[in-house]
Amino acid sequence: MRFALSDEQRQLQSTLSKVLKDVAPLERVRQFAAADEPVAQDIWAALVDVGVSAILVPEALGGLGLGLLEAALVAEALGGSVAPAPYLGSAVLGPLALLKAGSEDQIRRLAPLMAKGEVHTGVALSETIAGARDGAGVRAAEGGLSGAALFIIDEAAADFLLVADLEGGLHLIPAGGPGVSREPLRTIDATRRVGAAQFHNADGETLARGPATLNALRDAAFVILAADMLGAAGAMIDQAVAYAAARRQFDRPIASFQAVKHLCAEMAAELEPARALVWYAAYALEEGLPDAPLAAAHAKAHLAEVTRFIARTATEVHGGVGFTDLLGLHFWFKRIGLDRQLLGGPERIRQIAAEMQGLV
Amino acid sequence: MDLRLEPEHEAFRGEVRAFLASRRREAEAAARGAREDVLRWQALLIEAGYAARSVPVEYGGYGAAPDILKTRIIAEAFVEAKAPMGLAGQGISMLVPTLLDMGSEEQKRRWIRPTLRGEVVWCQGYSEPGSGSDLASLQTRGEAQGEDFVINGQKIWTSTAHLADMMFLLARTEPEAPRHAGLSYLLVPMSTPGIEVRPLRTMTGRSEFNEVFFTDVRVPQTSVVGARGQGWAVANATLTHERGMLGDPNAAEARLNAIIGMMKQETVHGERLMDNPVLRDRLMQLQGRVLAMKFNGMRLMTAARDREPAGLAGLVVKLQGCELNHQLAALAIDVLGELGVLYDGSPHLREDGVWQQRYMFDLGLIIGGGTAQIQKNIIAERGLGMPREPSYPRTGG
Repeated sequence: MRFALSDEQRQLQSTLSKVLKDVAPLERVRQFAAADEPVAQDIWAALVDVGVSAILVPEALGGLGLGLLEAALVAEALGGSVAPAPYLGSAVLGPLALLKAGSEDQIRRLAPLMAKGEVHTGVALSETIAGARDGAGVRAAEGGLSGAALFIIDEAAADFLLVADLEGGLHLIPAGGPGVSREPLRTIDATRRVGAAQFHNADGETLARGPATLNALRDAAFVILAADMLGAAGAMIDQAVAYAAARRQFDRPIASFQAVKHLCAEMAAELEPARALVWYAAYALEEGLPDAPLAAAHAKAHLAEVTRFIARTATEVHGGVGFTDLLGLHFWFKRIGLDRQLLGGPERIRQIAAEMQGLV
Repeated sequence: MDLRLEPEHEAFRGEVRAFLASRRREAEAAARGAREDVLRWQALLIEAGYAARSVPVEYGGYGAAPDILKTRIIAEAFVEAKAPMGLAGQGISMLVPTLLDMGSEEQKRRWIRPTLRGEVVWCQGYSEPGSGSDLASLQTRGEAQGEDFVINGQKIWTSTAHLADMMFLLARTEPEAPRHAGLSYLLVPMSTPGIEVRPLRTMTGRSEFNEVFFTDVRVPQTSVVGARGQGWAVANATLTHERGMLGDPNAAEARLNAIIGMMKQETVHGERLMDNPVLRDRLMQLQGRVLAMKFNGMRLMTAARDREPAGLAGLVVKLQGCELNHQLAALAIDVLGELGVLYDGSPHLREDGVWQQRYMFDLGLIIGGGTAQIQKNIIAERGLGMPREPSYPRTGG
């Protein structure tokens, strides 16, 4: 028994942090946030280079054949750098949906392209997990899909939309195809592109084992969003501690005031055990352990709570400058804010966790 | 990450289960609590290797190589069989590891075996009324006179002092030395003339602690563990063992399960408490925390086995674990509502008032063993590398 990352997994973490430091420094994030790029192609290319898009695709199909724990470590690194990358859709949920629910032909055709990072997938699962708002919801009929989907993750980059209909059926719909009209939704987080779509008899491919796969996609999404928050919050603590060491008031670094130290200690004390929860949930999903869905739900809900506290507290440790745009701390703050609500806020997800255990 | 048990450990689990199945009668007798049954059970456990497992045979232990996973398997199998675990307490959990690390050969041979077998019960004499978080300022004196030390002073927060045969205590034996270098760690029989134990009644209404007064208490200088003036280092080694004891994630999981059971069973206006969405949400929030601490515990176990530093994951356990247990007790009280304030054998009382008792006692644990604020200093300084508070001119000590 061993509850720790392997040497290879640590290597993956350090490779990614080097790459991201290089291609996604804060100036590049600012540039992406200010412009109208659907994808930061330079960042995506660098990530594809180190295998990020291939992570979950089996080796026989041109992928790396790694698991959800590795995928979660990637998400943690991306969150840590507030990196603009359509990762959840294109590298995680797109490939997973295809591999778990697609036909052999669909897999053979699309998986190698996904592994190479050449096909981007937007994820339209919000209505079936978080619940339908503003009358959204998609129905599948003879003539194709009709209805509306909100909060489509990684929408702007999408070549395909992975759409769940209200029965839990899964469909891959060409994002620019007939009967599909899309619009961006502007969220607080400018590092990722979320959108909405209307479908009028939109045609695409149905994935045969959709309803049986939907929960697995939900659980994987919970873990990846939790890992993104873990990374973002860890980076906020690092910045707060570094700022407190550098900033002097009353002739001493503010890091020497217990009022400031205790805020930092509280952040670390909340986050560190949450890391083990994310690791476990990712590992358990990969191994198909019976308590994996519950761990995944709790990872998402718990990280949402812990990282909201860290986002505000780390900002507070920075004092007035944390509240300005000068340091860019708000990119992490907002990343955590979006992750918290995507596919359901913590109250909704704890309801799901209670249902899983037959407590409702 | 690989959470499967290796064949060796699977086989070990089988052995422990078989042992417990064959010794059900002795386990039940020990659970009823009569002293001779408890001591007999303890002796059986040591012989089988399920207590004092990694203590060397020559000192009365079982002498197995340390294997933290086997320790955990033992604990799980005992919980599963509802069999009483081997004795714990400050002698076994704190003093024995300290003596193994720093005791003289004579001290090890004299004290470890009877302590493990429950024949000698210990209490800890560290805190004083004037020295809590700032333990190194303690004032109890141990004055060298001939072959002896003569101890005068007062200790507080001494649990089990009224039952103990022995105390391990810190006293100032080198008044001229800088404060950390002036302390010695002494082993003192509680029957020595001049020791008075007074129970300290706490907010729970019980006396979980005592005050202990020393008036010209004479012990031989050979009672020192380590060397004169090294008491601080010896005591710190002991405290590390104490902090490992507090904030145990298994206790939190057991509490959570008890609350789930209660919320399924208890009703208000015929509606199950579990069907109240507000209470259920609070339960789920704490379940998330319990899981995080549980998996953090597994991470620490791996780090301990691999002899790797656990870093923040270890430093946060006392703070977070004690707080979590306290919050669980608070939830249990809140789901019971008005029934939750009943106490002391009242009609309609639930579970013997244990939740209020825990809620209050846990506050003591949040404060004791290094207060939450001291824990935060430790996390910030050792875990995050933040500077110490500039020192303030001392007024003595």
